[in-house]
Amino acid sequence: MYIVSSSAHHQPTKPVVQGVSYFLAHVPGLTCHGSKPSREIKKDPPLRESFRSHLRTFEEAVAYPPNQVFIGNLDPDDLAHVPSPWYKHPVRDGSRWGLFGEIMPEDEFYGMMKICDEFQLLLLEEGFVRAVAVKLRQHPLFSDADLLRLGNGVSLADIERQLADGATLPMYDRGGRLVGCVRTGHEEDPNLTAEILMENLSVRASGALALRHQVAATGRAEAVDFLLGGGEEAVGDRYNRGGGNMAKAIGELCGCSGAGGADIKAFCSGTVHAIVVAAGLVASGIFSDVVVVAGGSFAKLGMKFQGHLRHDMPILEDVIAAIAVRVGRDDGKSPVIRLDSIGKHEIGSGSSQQAIFDKLIAQPLDRLGLKFTQIDKYATEMHNPEITEPQGSGNVPRTNYRIIGSFAVLRGEIQRADLDRFVEEHGMLGFSSTQGHIASAVPVLGHAIRKMLSGERNNTMFVAKGSLFLGRMTQLADGMSFLLERNKGTQGGV
Amino acid sequence: MLLKSKKVIIIGERDGVQGPAIEACMRSVGAEPVITQTQCFV
Repeated sequence: MYIVSSSAHHQPTKPVVQGVSYFLAHVPGLTCHGSKPSREIKKDPPLRESFRSHLRTFEEAVAYPPNQVFIGNLDPDDLAHVPSPWYKHPVRDGSRWGLFGEIMPEDEFYGMMKICDEFQLLLLEEGFVRAVAVKLRQHPLFSDADLLRLGNGVSLADIERQLADGATLPMYDRGGRLVGCVRTGHEEDPNLTAEILMENLSVRASGALALRHQVAATGRAEAVDFLLGGGEEAVGDRYNRGGGNMAKAIGELCGCSGAGGADIKAFCSGTVHAIVVAAGLVASGIFSDVVVVAGGSFAKLGMKFQGHLRHDMPILEDVIAAIAVRVGRDDGKSPVIRLDSIGKHEIGSGSSQQAIFDKLIAQPLDRLGLKFTQIDKYATEMHNPEITEPQGSGNVPRTNYRIIGSFAVLRGEIQRADLDRFVEEHGMLGFSSTQGHIASAVPVLGHAIRKMLSGERNNTMFVAKGSLFLGRMTQLADGMSFLLERNKGTQGGV
Repeated sequence: MLLKSKKVIIIGERDGVQGPAIEACMRSVGAEPVITQTQCFV
């Protein structure tokens, strides 16, 4: 049941997760604009050809097993049965459409970026626009109003003329054909460069599509009281760098006319922070229906491409990922966010792995009176190891699961010899693209909800870490955690 | 390896051993850290 007005519902309640949606845009043409590729190609222009020849087709991206897990067509545990390397073992019946959302091809996503463009920053070639319009007209989440915003496009000559100013950024398709460009927003403002605006348009577009999927699944966009942004982008001009509120910019495109909004910033752990804040807003009765939404991490496109080229494998960081999580009042069936389970990394905690996991997992479990082995699954950094290992970044989920298991050994809950089994039973293989805040624990949410609703799973602990030191303001680490639990069907107080 | 009085550059890893932890170890054996950073490799 959804509550239209929050004012009549100040009764405390258990906060539940009513639904989660995921979105992937396959963007091989944009991948060269990721931070790492753009810097390396600038230093070594001939690299562009080698880079381009290792980009995947849309069909390859759809059939890639981890992507099918991400949108809900495969379970994370299914990956254990797919031979390595996964990119050589496509899912035969892989689909663009999944239980939790979709994988969108690049041309349609360019169209969505244009629909998000309210300041004539993005130009698309007219023939390209005509073809995209035909496709978007068939898409269930696009309206006639969207097609009006898409417009008619401009001539290729207009785009080439615009590019001559040196500040405009080209947009290519996978084959290298020029199909559009993004202009600078202000000639003297380093916060409104074409690079930043391209990034922010992609964040708004991906976030809006995740939210549209969520609204389509759970209904009533106008019932949403509040939107919380959980992404890592910075929206603002020279006087308010990082001013934000991408949340409202996204909600505007999804019919959330009754929603307020704000962004929560905490690096990669921002999305989990936002879910905890959403749970608090709902539990207190301040709002009844809160959605956490986060667009993708544009800068991380192609981040590990050098390792992929070195191993002559496809550039796997060719997708922008997004998420929308709907948190509402207890409905007696949706999984519950346990308010007494919240773990937080404190300023005085120290930044060793032991200190972080103590605060985020061990102490909350002690409060709950639970053992490490009583948590069915831990959702931690879910980065796909096939992306990170070729560049020497290791298997991040496995490292985290081994640390969690080591705590269980130290506390005498399991034997040291049982560590590998603990990792296998309570962990899972990484399946998320390296999209920062999207990869951090939350890709597991959809699968956890599905299994709790079917009675296969009792609980899952979500543990996200953030790297505050990257901003050069502090050496501190960060993190947030919560336990999601199967709803026992007794609606009531906190 | 003798590290006493050696100047060291420290690069830690977010999901492994962070820079400040390595720095504490280096100082305990008499090394002189000149720069300490922690990187996030994902």
